[in-house]
Formats: sequence, C-alpha cells, structure tokens
Amino acid sequence: MTSSHGRGPLHLAAAVDQPGVYDAGPYVELARLAERGGLDFVTLDDTFARPGPDASAVLSRVAPATHRVGLVPTLTTTHTEPFRIQATIATLDRVSRGRAGWRIDVSTTEGEARLFGRRHTAPLDALWQEAGEVADVAAKLWDSWEDGAVVRDAPAGRFLDRDKLHHVDFTGEAFSVRGPALAPRPPQGHPVRVVDATEGPARSTVARHADVALVRAASPAQARTVRDRLRADAAAAGRDPNSLLVLVSLLIDLGDGEHAAEPGHGGGGPRQTAQGPLYRGGPVDLADLIASWYKDGTADGFHLTPVEPRRDLERLVNGTVALLQHRGLFRTFYPGSTLREHLGLARPANQYAGGAA
Amino acid sequence: MSGHRPRGPRPPGRHCHLAAYFPGADTPTVWTGPDTKSPIEFSSFEHLARTAERGLFDFLLLAEGPRPRALQGRIDDLDVAGRPEPLTVLNALAAVTERLGLAATADATFNEPFELARRLATLDHLSGGRAAWHVAISSADRTGEDFRRGDYLDRADRYPRAAEFVATARRLWDSWTPDEAPRPFAHRGRHFDIAGEFTVPRSPQGHPVVIRTGGSGEGREFAAATADVVLARPGTLEAGRAFYADVKGRLAKYGRTADDLKIMPGVTVVLGDTAAEAQERAATIRRRLVSPRRALLTLERLWGVDLSAYDPDGPLPDFDPVADPGLAGGRARHGDAVTTAGKLRALSREKGLSIRQTVIETSARQSFIGTPEAVAAGLAEFVREGAADGFVLVPQLTPGGLDEFVDRVVPLLQERGAFRTEYEGRTLRSHLGLPDPVGTGEPMTTGQIT
Repeated sequence: MTSSHGRGPLHLAAAVDQPGVYDAGPYVELARLAERGGLDFVTLDDTFARPGPDASAVLSRVAPATHRVGLVPTLTTTHTEPFRIQATIATLDRVSRGRAGWRIDVSTTEGEARLFGRRHTAPLDALWQEAGEVADVAAKLWDSWEDGAVVRDAPAGRFLDRDKLHHVDFTGEAFSVRGPALAPRPPQGHPVRVVDATEGPARSTVARHADVALVRAASPAQARTVRDRLRADAAAAGRDPNSLLVLVSLLIDLGDGEHAAEPGHGGGGPRQTAQGPLYRGGPVDLADLIASWYKDGTADGFHLTPVEPRRDLERLVNGTVALLQHRGLFRTFYPGSTLREHLGLARPANQYAGGAA
Repeated sequence: MSGHRPRGPRPPGRHCHLAAYFPGADTPTVWTGPDTKSPIEFSSFEHLARTAERGLFDFLLLAEGPRPRALQGRIDDLDVAGRPEPLTVLNALAAVTERLGLAATADATFNEPFELARRLATLDHLSGGRAAWHVAISSADRTGEDFRRGDYLDRADRYPRAAEFVATARRLWDSWTPDEAPRPFAHRGRHFDIAGEFTVPRSPQGHPVVIRTGGSGEGREFAAATADVVLARPGTLEAGRAFYADVKGRLAKYGRTADDLKIMPGVTVVLGDTAAEAQERAATIRRRLVSPRRALLTLERLWGVDLSAYDPDGPLPDFDPVADPGLAGGRARHGDAVTTAGKLRALSREKGLSIRQTVIETSARQSFIGTPEAVAAGLAEFVREGAADGFVLVPQLTPGGLDEFVDRVVPLLQERGAFRTEYEGRTLRSHLGLPDPVGTGEPMTTGQIT
C-alpha cells in the first residue's frame, strides 16, 4: 500500500499482556485475533519485578499457532546475559520464520537485582548505556554467521564455509563477548528492535539501534515533537531517519457504546494517567483519532494496550481496524511474511560481509 | 498427575521408557545426501518431535551449543555446526505436540537460578506439565568468553555450584502457596545469595523433570542425589548392568528408591530386513560420516601434525605421533597417542586398509544393528536384565532418522508388553512413573554457612 501522506503506510500493533495468565491458550487467542486484523505485531511485556511468565517463551509457544503477525517480547538487558538474549531472539525469529522482534528494556529496581545477587542496581543512564551495548553485541552476533555460511558442500566434505564465521570480540563497559553465535544468522538478519523512547535515557539507544520507537504521548503536538527529535537523532547517528518508525503508545478502554467518549477527553482524545496516556471511548472515535494523527504526520502508527485485554482487542480489531481498512488507511491482508516486510524495513546488510572484519 | 508408582518386585516384561535426542554438532550426524535436512530449521525439529510423539515416546531432548569447534585456531568446517536455543525451540514444539515431554539442556555454570528456574517453570505451564531440564555442567574451556562472568569457576567448584543451583531452583518452584500467591524466598549459600519473590506459580509438574548425564563417580553421585533421569553411555550388557547397579545403589542414602531414578543409555539403532542388510546399512552410514577430509583430520588430531599431503585412500603415516610440549599432561597423552597410532597402523597392515578405511573401521559403531525383531529383543533384554530403564535414541540422520524405529520397532516392543500402547497421563512425570515432588509448606529461607 502506498501512502498519499508523504510517508509509509500506517502501522498498528497491540499488547497481549494478561495478568495472572500462565497457560498458552489465552495468548494464542489474542495473537490470532490481532493477526485477523492484519496488525503488524503484538507485544508481550516482561519484568522480574512482578508475577508473570517469561514473555519470549510465551511468544515462542504462540509462533507455530500463527502465520503472519509479528511477535515482540520484552527482554531486559540488566541481568540477563547478552549472549542468551541474542540467542533467544534469533531462535524466536527461526521458529516464527522471520516474525520476531525484541522490545529492549532495563531493570531498575534493587528488588530485581536481589533476585540475581550479582550486583546492585545502577542509575537509569548507566542501565541504558549498557542496554545500548547489549543491542550492539546482539547485532554483531546475529551477523557473526554470514548468510551462506552453511554450505553443505558434499563433494568437498565441508559443512561450513569457515571464512563466513566471525568472532565478534566485543568489549563494553561491563561485559565482553567473544563469539561467534551458536547458530546461523536469523531469517530477518536482525530481528526488529523496539524501544520505548518516552524517557530521555533510552533515546541514544533508540537513535542507534531501534527499528521502532514507542512514544507515550497524550497530544499530537507532544508526539510530533518527540518523533522529530528521534528522527534527527537517528540521522545524527548516521542512519536514514526513515529506517526508524515512531508509534504512539496508548492505553485503550473501548468500554461501552460506539461513540461514547467520556466527558473531559477533549472529543475522544487521550488523557494522561498514572499508567500512561489513556484513550477511553468507542472504536469509531478511536479510528478517527488514529486517522487524524497519522495524516497530520504525528506518527507512523500506534501501539495500543487494551485495558480489558480480550474485550478491547476484539473491539479494536472488529471496530477500529475494520473502519480504517474500509477507509483505505490500513492493510486488509499481509503482502509479506516477515515482520520487517510488514514494517517496510529492509533486511540489513551484514557488517562482516565481504571480509569487512 | 502421576498418582501410581510401581512398588515391589518388577513384573516381567515391564514397560521401558523411550526418548529421542535431536542430533547435531556433538553426535555423529550424516549431513550429506537427499535424506538429510537442515539441523537448524524449525521444520526439522517439528518432524522429529511429531515422530517421537507418534511413537508414544516419553520425551525429546535438545542440546545446547556447543560453540563451533576450532583446531589450531581455525573453525572446524567438516561437521554439522549450529544449534538454535533449546528452550525457545521447545516452547514452539509445545504448540505442535500434546503429550511428548520436552527436555532442554541448560548449563548450570553460566546461568543464574532465578532466571533459569523461571524459564523452565514457564515451559512447564505452557506445555501443560511436559518440561524437563537436562542439567549441563560446562566442562569446555573458554565457554566463559561469551559470558559476563568469564571463566570464573574452578573445575572443582562446578559440581557444587550445580548442586546448589538445582536445590535453589526447586525452592523457587515451591515458593508459591497452593492458592497461587507468591511467598518471599531467601537463599544464602556459597554460590548464590538471592532473595525476593518468584514470578511464576507452582507449575503443573511441581518441579520439571531433572536429567543428568552420569559418567564419572562425581557425576553418578550428583545424579543419585538430584536427578529423575540419568543418561548413560552405550555399552555392553555387562557394563550396563554394572553402571545400573552402581547408580541405583547410591539412592538409598538420599532416602530414594530405585524407581525414583530412571537410567536411560543413549543408543543408535540401524535396521534392515535381514541382519546382513542391517550391517551393510550401518557400514554405509559410517562411510558417510567419515569423509576423506574427516579421516585425515581424525589422524591429524592423533598425530599432532599437518597430514594434508597424505592421500586418504593411501597408507597411514609410518612415523609416531609428535609430542606437543604445550599440552597439559603432555607425556602421558603422547604415550597414549603413540599406542593408539600403533594399533591403527597394525590394523591397517593386517587388513590392507587405507587411512579412510581404517578410521571408518575404528569409528564408533552403532549400538543396535539388526532386524526390527532382533533390535526389539535386544532392547527388551537390557531392561529385563537390569541394565536400563529405557533408552535415548540418537538418530544419525536429520530429521528422518527416527521414522523407521517408530514404524517398525515400537510395535514389536508393544507386542512384547515392553512398551506402552497409549499415553496414560498428560505430564512427563506420569509418563516416567515418577512421584510428584513434595514441596510447599517448607520454610522459605535457607542458609548454608560456608
């Protein structure tokens, strides 16, 4: 789909978090619902600080039960080994045939640090500095087997082309990794990296490593300001700013009624709450809001977190998304099969290709 | 869940247990030819898992790594290399299987208890009680180069850390109340000092099944103290009985009975319509495993020098292996190498074998070669004679290497009354006839003063 608004097509994503759910079934149902609506991806958050299952495990379980929708679990970088993070995400990309993403986050509390007993927590700036290094080494490890490293050349008796395997020899502030990875490059090259860019300390990681930035913003002006800033930062980091998509993150409560926006919402717009900007109203008003912010150049799309998971995701898909499709603003089927294809992001070149390292 | 457990003397023809190992980088694996597929793609894992479940197997075991091997600084390019992360693959396999146990290898040297216990408990929830943990204890040099800790732990401390790791993981799995509320835990020991709340309720099995490889005396003791399943090396019936008696004999001092621990040797099976055909197929597979370059590399590792000028189809070197002064235990190892090389040269002279033929002749032979009837009888004998509680099948072809066994041998085992004809329970513990772990209600704080 080409856009008449000077930018790429509209992108939509939804959270499938369900507190207190540890069985696979409810997660599969919500991911399939999102897939029925043609959404780009679903996210599942993860933290060691509250009850909940391992998010990457849940979305791996969801992968064979879905076919197109992108799968983006949170993996935090503060206590988990960088080498294991990249292996988990690469394997999720493998079992989903190119639909994996990685929502990068940090663990900020001393309570989480005590679960590991390895070190104390650190200031937010230092945690995000380290997250940037983890993202950097993950990309290096994904590239450490060039495409075509597995040759299976029977006449020559060679399974591998060893010139296409590379040690990464990464040394950061707090850790070092030798490499190479234990498995070939994932199908997407680099699975899609998603970072919440609302807080300042995360932004240098966004500028250098994110493919998708999430911005919690209650007004178009606020969202546009952050988007412009992120694109400028990406350009300053030597990237094409169009390789960074900015999605506005909203909580959605699609409650009762088709149009009934609550008083005080400024005509159905979101309002700031302790949990983040919340949109409360009907699915049709939400479609209008999405269409208007998108057309204004406020955002490349939206990441929506249902307040009532099943009810609000159903209303989103059957109401809001259906309307956006009817208006020609959102895809009615998946033209591609990988998450990068849904997002219009190219498969990245390998930093080691051609003897570069 | 497993309510019943066999008690008293063994009934004759009692059931054995079967598991499958996904072959690859650390087992002899054929990778040439149209009958082999990718060891990386999910479709290969799905094929083997579905085959194992069709055969009513207890579980499928996935390995972790290893790092690509290198000789003299160059990465070895001859063998299958590369494995996806096992827990992630098993979570996906939980979607395409219903009863099969799902066993992940995870290392107890470079993991942390809170995180790994959480991942295993999550797999147990998502699979409805089918998770197992094969506790690996890293013995490889330089694995630490990929991890924050580096190579931090003396070899002597690796078993103690693993033991404390397993005990701590069990404490975390037990930490929620029966009505699904988290309770605080605290553990302070030599290797871990951690506290807080676990994020996952008690999982369907209570504790995922714990699997260990039992080789050395230390390994056997560890297994007797902590494991539900022990993986054993293949060998003769006599060696199997001795191992079996030794490991089971260690259980009593931990308050465990013989049925609490299942001993399962890894075996490779080659079938044929006749004994002769099976032998020929086994020899063909060994030839496919030992390419000309593989034959030369095998000798280079023994001789300690570059032999690339030698013809794999020609005679063996006529000089002795070269001593490597940099090698630890160099003198003894060099002596062994000279002895082994002497035996190979003698075999080659006696039978008129080339380098490649000599390596094929002396490479590891498959454990059970024969007609389906003969293999079923051989497996049943191991169980009847107290040499095994079951077997881990290690195919040599990916991913179809288990098909024939499931189609031709499993029905014969069933006819003999030696294997189940349907899954009776839903959890891996119930397949294995293991007791439910006691848990909950224990004090949540532990301390080891060291």
